[in-house]
Formats: sequence, C-alpha cells, structure tokens
Amino acid sequence: MAISDARARPGRRRRRSLEGWTFVGPFMLVFALVFLAPIGYSIYLSLYRNRLIGGNSFVGLDNYSQAIGDGQFWSGFGRVALFLVVQVPIMLLLALLVALAVDSGRLYGKAFFRVSIFLPYAVPAVVATLMWGFMYSNQFGLVGSINDALHVTLPEPLSADLALASIGNIVTWEFVGYNMLIFYSALQVVPVALYESAAIDGAGQFRIVRAIKLPHLRGALVIATIFSVIGSFQLFNEPAIMRPLARNVITTAYTPNMYAYSLSFAGRQYNYAATVAIIMGLITMAIAYAVQLRGAREK
Amino acid sequence: MHRRRSVVLTALTALVAIYSLVPLFWLVVNATKTQQGLISSFGLWFDDGRFALVDNIRLTLTYDDGVFVRWLGNTLLYVVAGAGGATLLATLGGYGLAKFDFPGKRAVFAVVIGAVAVPGTALAVPTFLMFSKMGLTNTPWSVIIPSLVSPFGLYLMWTFSAQAVPDEMLEAARIDGAGEFFTFLRVSVPLLGPGIVTVLLFTVVATWNNYFLPLIMLKDPRWYPLTIGLNSWNDQAGTVGGEAVFNLVITGSLLTILPLLAAFLLLQRYWQSGLAAGSVKE
Repeated sequence: MAISDARARPGRRRRRSLEGWTFVGPFMLVFALVFLAPIGYSIYLSLYRNRLIGGNSFVGLDNYSQAIGDGQFWSGFGRVALFLVVQVPIMLLLALLVALAVDSGRLYGKAFFRVSIFLPYAVPAVVATLMWGFMYSNQFGLVGSINDALHVTLPEPLSADLALASIGNIVTWEFVGYNMLIFYSALQVVPVALYESAAIDGAGQFRIVRAIKLPHLRGALVIATIFSVIGSFQLFNEPAIMRPLARNVITTAYTPNMYAYSLSFAGRQYNYAATVAIIMGLITMAIAYAVQLRGAREK
Repeated sequence: MHRRRSVVLTALTALVAIYSLVPLFWLVVNATKTQQGLISSFGLWFDDGRFALVDNIRLTLTYDDGVFVRWLGNTLLYVVAGAGGATLLATLGGYGLAKFDFPGKRAVFAVVIGAVAVPGTALAVPTFLMFSKMGLTNTPWSVIIPSLVSPFGLYLMWTFSAQAVPDEMLEAARIDGAGEFFTFLRVSVPLLGPGIVTVLLFTVVATWNNYFLPLIMLKDPRWYPLTIGLNSWNDQAGTVGGEAVFNLVITGSLLTILPLLAAFLLLQRYWQSGLAAGSVKE
C-alpha cells in the first residue's frame, strides 16, 4: 500500500486528456437531445404567436406580459406556493424525525420500520392517488365506511376547503420514506469517532443530535429541500388523477403544470403553454438557488 | 456502543409505519372483493364469505382481450430499455467525471446541475412537439429516449465512483498497459456493484411509475404502460356507456406494485449500502 501511495502522489494522478469524453459523451449526447434541445425550443416557442390570420409571427415578450396579467396562472401558482410552504416542511420534518429515530439504535425492529416506511415510494403516483381517492370517497370509500360505522359525518376530503390538504397527504405518504432514506444514508457516514468523543464528554442524546447529527445532515437537507421545491411547483399527477372525483374543485388550471398541459393539449396554445412553463422553470430555479445559497452560508 | 431500546420511541415510529402501511393493507383487502362487495362492505376488512381475489386476478388479466398483459409487456419494455440504458449511461458518465480530467468537465457539471432545476413540465410540451416533428410520438421510442437520462443517477455514480475505485488501482492497471475501457470493465465495474444496483433500482422505479411522459407521448392504448392503462380503466366509469370496473382497477394496482416491492425487498442490502456510500463526500 505504501508503494502505491508513493506512486500516486506526484502531480498526475488523473490524466488530463479526451479519454474522459468517451465515458461522459454518451450521457451528454442523450442529455442534449432530451434536456437542452427542448429548453432551447421552449424559449423559441415563447417568443412567437400563432394567429388565425398571419400565421406564426414573432411577438417578442408579449406572451410573457400576457402571463404576468393572467389570473388563472397566478391562482394556480398561489396554490402550489401554499402547498410548498405547508406540505414540504411537514414531510421533511417527519422524515427527519423518523431517520433520527431509526439511526438512534433505540428502536425495537429497526429494519422493519426502515423498510415499511420506505415502501410507498415504490407505489406509482397513479396507484397511490387511485387508492387514496377510493379511501377519501364518502360513498363507498373508507371515509364513508367510518361515517356509517361510527354514525358520524367526517368532513369531505375532496371539498373545496380540504382538497389541497388531501393532495398534500398523498404526496407526503409517497415521499416521507424516500426522504427518510436520504437522511438515514447521510447519518450512516458520520464518523464513529465523533460519537465516541461525545460519549467521553458525557453528551446526551439530544446534544449529540444537535451538535453532530444535524450538521452532518445539512447537505442531505439542502438536496431534499431542492427536490421538494421542484416537486411542488411541478405538481400534476395527483391532482390530475383526482380530478374526476371533484371536477368543480380541481379545475384544469388547478396547478401551473395542469394549466400548461390543458393549454397545449386541449387548447392547442403551444406558444403560451411554453411561456407558462418557462416562467415556472425560472421561479423554480431561483428558489432552488436560494435554498442552496442558504445551505452553503450556514456551514 | 450499546444503547438502551425505548418503547416510547418505538411506539411513535410505529405510528408513521402504520400510516405508511394502511393504504397498502387497504389495497390487499379490497383486491379480494367483487365490484358489489367494494360498495357494501367495510373498507378496512374483508367481505364476509366472498373471497374474489382469484376471480379478480383472472378478470384483470383477461378483460378487454387481455389488454392488461399487453400493458405489462410495454412497461417491461420501457423499463428494460429505459432504466437499463439510463443506468449504463449514468455509470459510464459518473465514472468518467470521477476518474478523468478532460477539457469541458466543469461545463458538463454546470450544465447538468443547471438543467436539473428546470421542471420536467417545462420540457414536456416542447419535447412532445420536437418528437412529433421527428415522427416519434405514439411509438415506444418517445417513452424510452427521455427515460435514458437520469441526472440523479449520474450524481450518485459520480460520488460512488470517486469513493469506491481507488486511483492507485487504475494507475497500476495503466502502468501494466491496459486500455481505459478494459480497466473500467475488469477493475472498476466489480467495485461499482452496489452503486450500479442502487441506480438501477431508482431508475426502474422512475420508469415503472412514469405517468406524465407517456400521457403526453402516447395516444394508442396498445402502447400504454400500466400506469396510464389503470387510470383509463378508472376513468371508464365516468364516461357515457362505460362500465365501472373498480375491482379490476384495484386488483390491477396491486399487480402493478408487487414486482417493485419484491425488487426492493430482495435487493435491500445492495441498494442501501450503495445509497449510504454514495452520500459520502470527498
């Protein structure tokens, strides 16, 4: 080992050549086709407008100013923003607590908990939403059964007041385990020496969590928050699949994503749909960047 | 270090486990009911005296000329080609980023990280329009090609390669005169095993569960994956003259998630160690 260490040390541990491209090239090629080209095409589309008379013409930023004054777009945006500030903290806090509990070594049946809480992640959003949709139903669903059995009237999960919270519950159910696993894996690589010195210093469980575990989780927390921000702003599957159960509450513009989808596929307004998608992309990137900066600053 | 186990902490964690498992229990219970039983019996327990699981499975597999089996075959095709290809590209790419210096490496990093923050939906409509011009929509390619790119997989393989493959071993192989690709196959791939299994599982889940992409790309029910197919059965009840087949929706859902649950449980040891190793920094 000592010999190879000595051999590795002098400056050129890694070759600086084009050989790396033979490995990274294939990924980048497909990446360019399915990420970069559509982004470019989107920007192009957003600058044009298709009129009945005159055909496709360049309109500059007209589509953007239309979107800025579009009430339907902003009400959908407000909904996902509310979703973001309520659902994401609940989900991440729950995931964090479970990860700390599983990592503490103080649980009976730790492996069972780790796996069973993770399992919903393997369930497709379609199946998860269909299942919860059935359970939410007060006619022949679980809510209906409980109403009948206990002679009570529970509030309707798909009413105007509760629909967003009901969707939040589905998303939380799907992703608590996934986030727990990200946090748990990050905790697995905390050096044991840190725990040993903490034990020598006589630190209690809570002190260890605060002084050792949470700082080690910062990177994973930033990543999980960014993914959750992106997920919230992209919200589509759950409300779209739930829509047939509550057409008056969950409209086609319920989230910006659903709005863009219905603009293009029901309204054939591709240019405006691209504009809406780009605005959402820019806002998402700005927030993801802010989360990252904050995460880095607190280091 | 031996720590005292706590009943209170176990009970609190059990609440989260119950929350996670109850819907799955609901699914299993209700897959044993007839369409009538779904309405008349209590949601969280079996229907007295009527156990229709076998009937439901048979009906699910044969309904509408066995279209469910066709959807299952499509899903398998998308998963093998899409997730398999994504894992291959992510492994090669992550390894290349971890073990080589090359002109443009920093640009690759910046572009991939930047593009990940762009929501998939911002891309969906233009991707559809592009693919439609290329004549790819409504073909399996329209689902497979976008599935080939997994930025998360690339990131995971990058951190994993950096940690699992010692530079000294690569240097030794190079001094022995081995080519880079031979070194990769013979020296590195065996060390990358847990990382590859982890990325494969996550890309398999992403492809198996994909809904938005095939929804946009496919019109022809014969190319549907299971997710779109199940939802079309569910919607059938709301259309004029459509037959309500909720028992088939529920049994089909159960059949859809079983392969993934099995894969996660069987390969647990590999993907968990792969994920933990992948989160090591430096």
